Amino acid sequence: MTESEANQGFGAPPPLPMGAVIARLAGIGLLVVVIAGLFLYVGGWLTPHALTPAALVDTFEHINGVQSGFRRNHAKGVCVTGYFESNGQGATLSRAQVFQQGRVPVVGRFALAGGQPFAADTSHDVRSLALLFKTADGEEWRTGMINIPVFPVNKPQDFHDFLVATSPDPKTGKVDGAAVGAFLSKHPETAAALKILGSGTPTSGFSDSSYYGLNAFRFVNAKGEDTPVRWWINPDLTAAPPSVETTDKNYLFDQVIAQIHSGPLRWHLIVIVGQPGDPTAEAASMWPADRQQIDVGTVTISTVESEDTSPTRDINFDPLVLPDGIRASDDPLLSTRSAAYSQSLTRRDGERKIPSAISTAEVQK
Amino acid sequence: MATTTTSPTQFAFLLRILHWLMAACLLAMLFIGVSMVTSVGNYHQLLAIHRPLGISILILALIRLVTRLMNRTPALPPTVPPSERMIMKLSEFAMYALFIALPLIGWAMLSAGNYPIVMFGSVHLPPILAPQPMLYATLRKTHTILAYALFLAFLAHMSGVLFHTWIVRDHFLSRMLPWTVRAKGRRAGEI
Ligand code: HEM
Ligand code: HEM
Ligand code: HEM
Repeated sequence: MTESEANQGFGAPPPLPMGAVIARLAGIGLLVVVIAGLFLYVGGWLTPHALTPAALVDTFEHINGVQSGFRRNHAKGVCVTGYFESNGQGATLSRAQVFQQGRVPVVGRFALAGGQPFAADTSHDVRSLALLFKTADGEEWRTGMINIPVFPVNKPQDFHDFLVATSPDPKTGKVDGAAVGAFLSKHPETAAALKILGSGTPTSGFSDSSYYGLNAFRFVNAKGEDTPVRWWINPDLTAAPPSVETTDKNYLFDQVIAQIHSGPLRWHLIVIVGQPGDPTAEAASMWPADRQQIDVGTVTISTVESEDTSPTRDINFDPLVLPDGIRASDDPLLSTRSAAYSQSLTRRDGERKIPSAISTAEVQK
Repeated sequence: MATTTTSPTQFAFLLRILHWLMAACLLAMLFIGVSMVTSVGNYHQLLAIHRPLGISILILALIRLVTRLMNRTPALPPTVPPSERMIMKLSEFAMYALFIALPLIGWAMLSAGNYPIVMFGSVHLPPILAPQPMLYATLRKTHTILAYALFLAFLAHMSGVLFHTWIVRDHFLSRMLPWTVRAKGRRAGEI
């Protein structure tokens, strides 16, 4: 405001000439359009083909159909509880209370990878165990682990493309070998990971499987020093060869349910300590075998409950729900998982719930 | 609204400061919000800013509400016709309601979704609702709708203020400028 304008007296100064009014209106209009356009651009409306969390979850739905109320991946599962007994060995690397010596309650979920909640179990399905540790200070550590020692891909877009390439065509029911071949020729890291995965044989079931966190994280200790780490859990049971597949569609679940009923199952939680220079953004490759491995305590699973009644059904095992003392690494899959799991939770939480294949009756068998 | 000669020509100093501080924070939140939910790589880092910034806005909003209720507001100039006064009051009320409701809903939805409500480090907020999946989904949708409503209200508000300032030329903007503007020969309260 200039002095002369301010001196124009009460209320409004004489009206502007028409041309000036139009020019100024246009100025306001332009400002609105620019701000709104920027908002739309930042919100992804102008780039409909970008890879978004919603697009990833849409891809799962495209492959599996919309399975009302179920997780869009790892849809078939059963909930468990137990505890973690920390031996204190992790405390030098991380200041999180979970690594102080002591016992921490745990809730978890065994599941099979894939978005089909009613598919028959097979021995080559990827098995998972997700855990939530809740410490007395109110902090939570959530982690989802799977029974393979490397992930097939390193990058979010590659995950999407790999998922599409390896999924059966809805019309023919067959996987397009050419599409898989084309993907592998562009992704030597995937070919190498699949070679490692192909050389292993699955164990008899959930209870004698090892589960791997795969993504790298960073532990931060009380002095503020941070260390790249990965973790996995090693079962107390010795690995037995795959059991013969039966006509029981839920044989893997029934087996682990019966085992938990007859006594608790245990795993050792092992932290792999990375060295400077170890890649932290490559879930498709392992760190050198000589890296220090610290046994930080045991996870005991003692009770099992159907998703139909367990509150664990509604928990998002978001890998980035971490206590102070564990941080995300630069692995882009971590943020991607966090975003996609949130999207999956938002959809399934708002849907009608259909009873799980692993029903209350199944769990009581 | 009183139109006595003692009516202030500008909003209370604290209100003016809070207005611009919150405008900047709210616009940042709206842009962070829409970009994080469509980003795979930046989702986590943006959300880590979104939560504490949103709660800071809630605190500022409550201070602003109290300050607003405790101070006289400058009378509207005669260049604002009665019909427009109505709209102005409504939109002010709506913006207050939105920037108080939005962070509360953010907090409530994370509670209903059974998430820890992390501010920074080990500092968490307590949940304000018990975990309830359906309610989480509803609140999550409401958070989106109200955020868009706030964005539209902001566009309308800004256009209105600029219309008055640039076209009606009644020095409307100066009512909210952080520095003191002496309206020589023109007092907002005088008719
Ligand atoms: C970018 C890559 C990935 C995407 C897009 C993805 C996607 C998903 C989705 C949408 C869910 C369902 C979440 C829910 O509704 O709660 C899920 C579950 C799960 N994912 Fe992933 N995932 C990815 C990578 C991984 C990796 C690397 C691991 C293993 C380390 C993993 C392990 C799990 C486990 C264990 C669950 C089941 C958790 C539970 O039982 O609730 N995922 N994934
Ligand atoms: C003035 C305050 C706030 C504004 C303007 C705001 C705005 C937004 C916007 C625009 C979105 C994206 C919505 C969409 O496109 O679907 C969003 C999402 C979200 N906001 Fe806020 N928000 C505010 C406060 C908060 C607070 C205080 C919290 C939590 C403490 C919060 C948590 C979230 C979460 C968790 C999401 C969704 C993430 C997801 O779906 O994965 N917000 N917010
Ligand atoms: C997100 C952004 C914004 C929000 C939420 C917002 C909100 C508000 C609210 C609630 C008021 C009522 C007064 C109070 O109690 O504080 C107000 C007044 C005002 N705002 Fe904004 N504002 C925003 C952006 C802007 C911008 C960009 C401008 C400038 C173009 C502006 C100019 C004004 C002016 C001049 C007033 C005084 C109006 C009067 O005399 O009643 N505001 N604003």
